[in-house]
Amino acid sequence: MTAAVPWWGAAWRQFRLERRMFWRNPTAAFFGVLLPLGLLAIFGAVFAGRDEDLDVIVPGIAGLSIMSATFTSLAYNLTTLRERGILKRLRGTPLPTSAYLAGLAGNAVANALLQLVIVILAGRFLLGVAWPQNWGAMTVFAAAGVVCFTFLGVALAHAIPNPESAPAYVNAVFLPQILIAGVFYDASEAPSIIRDIAQALPLTHLVEGLSGAMIDGESVAANAVSLLVLGLWGAVGAVLAVRGFSWEARRDQ
Amino acid sequence: MMGAMTSGVPAIEVTGLSKAYGSQVALRGVDFTVKRGEVFGLLGPNGAGKTTCVEVLEGYRTKDSGDVRVLGRDPGARELRSQVGIVLQSCGTYPHLTVRETVEHWAALYPRPRRVDEVLALAGLDDCAARRARTLSGGQARRLDFALALVGDPELIFLDEPTTGFDPAARRAAWDVIRALRDLGKTVVLTTHYLDEAQSLADRVAILQDGLILAEGPPHSLGASRYRVAWRTPDGTSEQRFTEDPTALLHELTAEAMARGEMLEDLSVTRPSLEDVYLELTEAVA
Repeated sequence: MTAAVPWWGAAWRQFRLERRMFWRNPTAAFFGVLLPLGLLAIFGAVFAGRDEDLDVIVPGIAGLSIMSATFTSLAYNLTTLRERGILKRLRGTPLPTSAYLAGLAGNAVANALLQLVIVILAGRFLLGVAWPQNWGAMTVFAAAGVVCFTFLGVALAHAIPNPESAPAYVNAVFLPQILIAGVFYDASEAPSIIRDIAQALPLTHLVEGLSGAMIDGESVAANAVSLLVLGLWGAVGAVLAVRGFSWEARRDQ
Repeated sequence: MMGAMTSGVPAIEVTGLSKAYGSQVALRGVDFTVKRGEVFGLLGPNGAGKTTCVEVLEGYRTKDSGDVRVLGRDPGARELRSQVGIVLQSCGTYPHLTVRETVEHWAALYPRPRRVDEVLALAGLDDCAARRARTLSGGQARRLDFALALVGDPELIFLDEPTTGFDPAARRAAWDVIRALRDLGKTVVLTTHYLDEAQSLADRVAILQDGLILAEGPPHSLGASRYRVAWRTPDGTSEQRFTEDPTALLHELTAEAMARGEMLEDLSVTRPSLEDVYLELTEAVA
């Protein structure tokens, strides 16, 4: 009876608000934009002139950037928002939960895209790596990675009890993955046990898909298994994200 | 358009409300009614069950048993969210937004918001509208809480311990906002552990202790308006008397003392603390 505020309007407004706050928070903006650039600069210097290594790290850092912009930042953000009571306050308004989360996730996706563009441009003009060979396949894998890690980030936030422990939880998931997923080196040289573990993890498959598309010009079909693994992780993340959602900070009592 | 069907019913009706967290019982059969347009105070010491009670009414917690109606609906009903404003006990806002931006964003969440300028004025935030939320003092942040709770133009507003930890000036300012809400015809449910707060704001209060309502009624009917006059006699024993008219009692006491040529050592006039009222009430219950 009361004219409800339209869902898309609410989600869009939340998205715009998140963008504005992102640019106003100097540390968030700095790391969001400069982290991939910094990593590329460091590895570019280390691997200068070694084209094979540069071909590994550009898609590797693209995958890492997607994961950090979605998974890591959502896990941190939601934990902090919950602890500050902002989620509880929003829960008392007519804003639909799904519209709110869509706005929040949209912000993470925008950051992931921004970083992907930075990595591609910096790879091309700073490191002299070729333009991505298969734009379509790269877009598909980037989108799959964004969706997968967005859900997983929201899901992980539910498991983190408070902001103080967030770095421990996030890094426990993030650091081992970037080390074994072949972000910084060619993972095919790693011991088989490491490779087996890495094969079960989503970042490995995101990097494989991106690498195939960007460097080797492979189609989506060539890395269909990677897409499937990302989809499965995304589905698990979606279920956990929806089921575990809590507006309120946990109390000891 | 607003429900003609629901406007006749009381703002809140609670019967037999019970709630436990595991083995810890928070509410054990609470009954009360809040009429439309009144300021209702829920009084009690920390841990009495006040917050649990209002969080059930706000839809944040589910009840174990009993019947609860808010504006004629189940507290979980989504329609209520645009008709109810909530000031939680401790709740943050976005630190990097200005006060005006925050209020504007919240206004857009509601189908029929009040004008942002009007809300800023009502909450006493005109002077800091351009400041970022993280730079606000505790009192100003609380005003922002008020502003966000009333920007949707709700019929019913919950205030959970709105002035706890305030200095006296900030408390007075918050009281002015609450009185302004009443003047707008809003129903206000206020929890507090300050007796004077309930006394100066509430039309009716209920005293909650250990999950039970011990008394309910207008504040002056609960003994809260009685003064305690205490002194020591020349032989050192403490005396006290209770009165609703301290002027007359003091006149009587001092006249007698002067006639006897004695001093009334440590003479004091105090309002009874909430604890005194509790003690009286719990003794009466026992």
